[in-house]
Amino acid sequence: MRRNYILLLALLICLPWFSGEYYVNLASQILIAAIFAASLNLLVGYAGLTSLGHASYLGLSAYISAWLSLRMGLGHAVTAPAALLLTTLIGCGFGWIALRASGLGFLMLTLALSQIVWGLCYRWVGVTNGDNGLSGLTRPSPFGIDLGNSSAFYWFVLIITVAALYSIARFVNSPFGATLRGTRDQWRRMSSLGYNVWGIRWVTFVFSSFLGALAGLLYVYFNKYIHPSVMSVTVSAEALLAVIAGGSGTLAGPVVGAALVMLLKNYASAYVERWNMLMGIVFVFIVIVMPAGIVPGTLALLRRLRGGPR
Amino acid sequence: MQFWQIQALNSFALGGLLFLLSSGFALIFGLMRIANLTHGALFMLGAYVAVTAMRFEAGLAVAALCAALVVGVVGGLIERLILRRISGNAQGQVLATLGISFITADFCLIVWGGDTIPIQTPAMFQAPLHFMGLTFPTYRLVVIGIAVVVAIILYLLMERTRLGAMIRAGVDDMQMARAVGIRASALFTTVFCLGAFLAGLGGAVGGPIFSAYPGLDSDMLSLALIVVILGGIGSLIGTFVASFIIGFIYTFGTALLPDLAYVILFLPMVIVIAFRPTGLFGTIRT
Amino acid sequence: MAIDRRQFLQGAAAAGVGVAYSGLSLAQTNEPIRLGLLTVKTGPLASGGIDMERGLELYMKEHGGMMAGRKVEVIVADTGGVPATALTKTQELVERSKVHVLTGPLAAFEALAIDDYIRAQKMPILSVAAAEDMTQRKPNPWFVRATSSSSQCSHVMAHYCATVLKYKRMILIADDIAYGQEMNAGFQRVFEENGGKVIQKLFPPLTTPEYGSFIAQLKKDADAIFLGFAGSNGFRFIRQLNEFGSAGKMKIVGGMTALDESVLRNMGDEALGIPTVCWYSADLNNPINVKFAPSFRKAYGYDPGYYGAGTYVNAEILNAALVSIGGKAENKDALMAALKKTNVQTARGPVTFDTYGNVVGNIYIRKVERKDGRLVNSVVHTYPDVSQFWKYDPKAFLANPVYSRDWPPAKNLE
Repeated sequence: MRRNYILLLALLICLPWFSGEYYVNLASQILIAAIFAASLNLLVGYAGLTSLGHASYLGLSAYISAWLSLRMGLGHAVTAPAALLLTTLIGCGFGWIALRASGLGFLMLTLALSQIVWGLCYRWVGVTNGDNGLSGLTRPSPFGIDLGNSSAFYWFVLIITVAALYSIARFVNSPFGATLRGTRDQWRRMSSLGYNVWGIRWVTFVFSSFLGALAGLLYVYFNKYIHPSVMSVTVSAEALLAVIAGGSGTLAGPVVGAALVMLLKNYASAYVERWNMLMGIVFVFIVIVMPAGIVPGTLALLRRLRGGPR
Repeated sequence: MQFWQIQALNSFALGGLLFLLSSGFALIFGLMRIANLTHGALFMLGAYVAVTAMRFEAGLAVAALCAALVVGVVGGLIERLILRRISGNAQGQVLATLGISFITADFCLIVWGGDTIPIQTPAMFQAPLHFMGLTFPTYRLVVIGIAVVVAIILYLLMERTRLGAMIRAGVDDMQMARAVGIRASALFTTVFCLGAFLAGLGGAVGGPIFSAYPGLDSDMLSLALIVVILGGIGSLIGTFVASFIIGFIYTFGTALLPDLAYVILFLPMVIVIAFRPTGLFGTIRT
Repeated sequence: MAIDRRQFLQGAAAAGVGVAYSGLSLAQTNEPIRLGLLTVKTGPLASGGIDMERGLELYMKEHGGMMAGRKVEVIVADTGGVPATALTKTQELVERSKVHVLTGPLAAFEALAIDDYIRAQKMPILSVAAAEDMTQRKPNPWFVRATSSSSQCSHVMAHYCATVLKYKRMILIADDIAYGQEMNAGFQRVFEENGGKVIQKLFPPLTTPEYGSFIAQLKKDADAIFLGFAGSNGFRFIRQLNEFGSAGKMKIVGGMTALDESVLRNMGDEALGIPTVCWYSADLNNPINVKFAPSFRKAYGYDPGYYGAGTYVNAEILNAALVSIGGKAENKDALMAALKKTNVQTARGPVTFDTYGNVVGNIYIRKVERKDGRLVNSVVHTYPDVSQFWKYDPKAFLANPVYSRDWPPAKNLE
């Protein structure tokens, strides 16, 4: 298994040498979407909390970093940590509010909070430039490497993706991760065993919003433009669909799901005019054939094949 | 001052529309615990079917009935063919219902095109009504009336019929209901059809005000969610009251606090859910 | 850079005439010219986007798929009306399909989203999006717009309302998007400078389910209301206004998309007599449009409007520019220079560009009439050669902030 991962990583590192610029850019976008979906998966998959407002963290960190650099004239060395920190702090507050409910109530609270942030971004023109969005942004050049170059940017994103996924893996495989899954499956029991279910969920919420903010930074570096639409329900819903389609509660699931959604939206749409319908059909198909998602479904299939016919 | 009376009537009319929109959603969620995210798309489909029916010279009433029946059947198919297979899989249901609404929305775009298509107000309701020095669109009063009638019928259905008794038993405790011999399978399909029927009816009745256009589905879905959550899951009375509360908040909010137009619906919801997670009338914790 | 506008126009005109049709025989390469169309074919903006594709499709059909003696391959990309997707699709067209020139996108925020990329790639683009600053305070050297900036048409309507219709007190209402805000701000400035007063400004959110709450707020004693709506919101508003018994009591005038042909085809008598302003009308009587509009109608069953005519006009301009450089679309600098020197008769009338890449052309006041059973925007008055700066000095104009909700300040609200 480990060998496969290393092989895949080597393949990904080499990608810019054998594919055109368009595919490199597409791959960067897929990786950003993968970080974003993986961060949401912490809530959806491991904590059992379905959030429909994750786009707020993507958007907030993008806006904060853009605003600090455009209006305050600060460099990336300041804006990036500031955006991550401020967004995570907002995540602390939002988590505190949203975790008053669970289930559909949690979903609605996250949706409502993200809609409020979206509304503020749209309407607070003095700060966000409203519907015109913020443009004239730049990519950072860490250690003098110009990330304006598509390949350099891709490698930069790849490094961060690996780091983010690794940290998620460490997180969910730690003892804390085990208790987190416990609160998902048996929250009453965990609670009576003396675990602070609320606190465990809150810490996860905050970590998830931090990683969402990380994806937001990469997002704004890639696009060099930010518009309120990045906070819309559609963006939150797409990430949620990616997580579920790929397989929530697995490490690889959200990555596969994000790649699927991005490829359908950005690649297949060049060939299939009715790509929206195709996307819907693919989702329904996945649900029926692999109700737990692509990754668990495929693994089960492989296991059955290896085990021979029974 | 006229402003207040007109806005109050507007609030009631919007509230009536919201009830027609969300009652079906509430019904399905209450019994089956499925957040049917196809609901907005079904509402839109209802509006478009009414458009087609009216092209064949049907009146709005006939068109609305056609729309409700067609959408009801579509709802039944969705339940039988897809949702049935994944009962209990809440995340799968999100994926499936959103997937179906993508398909439905794109289907509408193919069949009816991207234009906004108006739905004619019935001739007898076209002229505005004048009373007590106020001028108000007659059709909006009709909408309020329809919403109240639908609410009463639903109430009687739930309280006075065998079907209603079975649904109430199912809402309270599905296991128990099965134990006493209620056939959950048939009941679920019936309720899903009924919920979709109401969505289609709402789309057609709301047609003369909203028109039929691409994007109607997502506009309506978020409104339905707000109403149902605010009113309390599984409570038809809660849905009814919440529809009018939202109608008032939206109408007066956008007029009096235009700067808050974008958050006006969500701020009160955050406050209510944060302090009363079951919603105003709900008893079920999700 | 204080060039007097008229001088500049004359210069540009002379240059345009000089090079036109000089290089037709130079086209030798067999490789087709690749033209990328950024449009919207799914989602709420699909109506306009489908028309954009059809306008271009019709042009290609009429000209045997050729421009300046070379075959043209049109590659269509659907942005879904989302800024981030617009960027991805632009990258796809530029990097994968290797297009030579772009046309589109539809929405202002899409144009803004790809602005930076267009500059970096030096990719000529003929846009239909109306965002003011793309050709004003932050002009993109690779961007030309042959349709209209947001306020280019509303300036004209304001002048018409103040001086011809003699309105004194008006209400402005528009979608709460940059396009609506810029359009209304431009209207307000010209209207108030010509003696009118804007007594109320309303900006309903773009996806307002119903306008009852806004209609109840309208000041009853206004002379008229200006509708700065986009898409179909204008006609939904008018229908609801009538339901509230305001038919005939409140006079309505519209901006360039409020009663577009694409909307009119779904309207009834409630639209009759409403004046609107636009750079085009399907009813326009010029030698090119009397052929274009009927053949569009024949092909698709309805009249071309803002978007259908927009890409058609863009194609005409692109063709003229290509002809002037011998069809060498590969030479981006020459193509861009030729585009900016455009001086050509199109379906909308004569087109030239100012130094910022925005069109200087006729703007028409139209009035809805019924002809042969169809509703049409019949032209009642023409303002010739209107600039995006109206009658202001460009330098003074650009020293002001961009038009918005708050600029120019509304001093006469009641």
